[in-house]
Amino acid sequence: MIRKTVPSVTEAMVGIKNDMTFMLGGFGLCGIPENAIAELVKSNINGLTCISNNAGVDDFGLGLLLQKKQIKKMISSYVGENDEFERQMLSGELDVELIPQGTLAERCRAAQGGFPAFYTPAGYGTEVAEGKETREFNGKMYVLEHAFQADFAFVKAWKGDEAGNLIFKGTARNFNPCMCGGAKITVAEVEELVPAGTLDPDQIHIPGIFVQRIFKGEHYEKRIEQRTVRTKE
Amino acid sequence: MLDKSGIAKRIAKELQDGFFVNLGIGIPTLVANYIPEGIEVEFQSENGVLGMGPFPYEGEEDADVINAGKQTITTMPGASFFDSAMSFAMIRGQHVDLTVLGAMEVSEQGDIANWKIPGKMVKGMGGAMDLVASAENIIVAMMHTNKAGKSKLLKKCSLPLTGVGCVKKIVTNLGFLEVTSNGFKLLERAPGVSVEEIQKATEGNLIIEGDIPEMTL
Repeated sequence: MIRKTVPSVTEAMVGIKNDMTFMLGGFGLCGIPENAIAELVKSNINGLTCISNNAGVDDFGLGLLLQKKQIKKMISSYVGENDEFERQMLSGELDVELIPQGTLAERCRAAQGGFPAFYTPAGYGTEVAEGKETREFNGKMYVLEHAFQADFAFVKAWKGDEAGNLIFKGTARNFNPCMCGGAKITVAEVEELVPAGTLDPDQIHIPGIFVQRIFKGEHYEKRIEQRTVRTKE
Repeated sequence: MLDKSGIAKRIAKELQDGFFVNLGIGIPTLVANYIPEGIEVEFQSENGVLGMGPFPYEGEEDADVINAGKQTITTMPGASFFDSAMSFAMIRGQHVDLTVLGAMEVSEQGDIANWKIPGKMVKGMGGAMDLVASAENIIVAMMHTNKAGKSKLLKKCSLPLTGVGCVKKIVTNLGFLEVTSNGFKLLERAPGVSVEEIQKATEGNLIIEGDIPEMTL
């Protein structure tokens, strides 16, 4: 067994530098790598390009990095619910590239799976396709999109083992599996870290080969963005 | 004239047994409240769940189980979770039978604009561009005119596009229309609305063939 565990988030971050490109898992605040983000805030590195579906809220998630102006560029599909983000975007301090959500996921997966590029119908005929190669297949038009190139991927899973195998829970899965192995180094944080041999190999969502470092997150707030409930009759 | 729930009710009548359906935010979400008796449909949410159920009971919310609107939800028997790439494989691969979404503008060619207003804060397209570029069956749910009273059914969209030539059907507060190669074909009038009123509120080419029936809900 090839051991991927590191003692804490501190060791998991070895090698992070200014001006790097990071992939960060999560959809809204669901399934975000909370502990890695907190450590990035502490690290004070800046000039970062962050690939993440959303940009957090003002006081949580990637919003914390935005508050400290550590992010130079965001590549996302939807960035509402964040006043500081809006301020930095409108003032030109922050560069923002908005891309279709499925394209974002697939550009991560292409990086993971060794495809340099792929054709998608999403965005054809819109400003998203401007300057990009287009091509017709079976009478329909497609846009050529490229795999991401990133230095680190920070993902969050529910359970993981010493070998870096991961199991996700609910919709906290989202972009996390697509990003594993999509960067030079993938750092996974988990709620529960178990010895190798504990997890059923049949139930693994992401094999440890896609993960270089794994640690147990110290603390999870798991904030809910929109708490919607119904009352019992 | 229909209110938002009325629009949702009319769209719900288009659901067929065995359909996998993706509902956008706003009026489309309401469609889930009016599934016709005796049919089974499953709702897909692009953040990674198929078989979405109603909101949880108070105290039973799970931060790890949300929909694409970031709202806490539950799952139905037979539900599944999956990653974002697989979710869009369902959408792009046309495994989802029906997509219902809102729009700011629709053109008579079936172009749709619903993600960006120049000069205003742009939040992003989310999954809308993937959905409209891929779905075979798209119904737009929207008001016939905007807040300024201007038609949203146009000859050509004025706002940045989300997709081209993709909208098939539109349900508005005034009627039910189909996008054809010659323009918007009026299929049904909303209760109490005349053909003239619909004509007046439609900038794009409106095709009226014979008597237009009033819709039943």
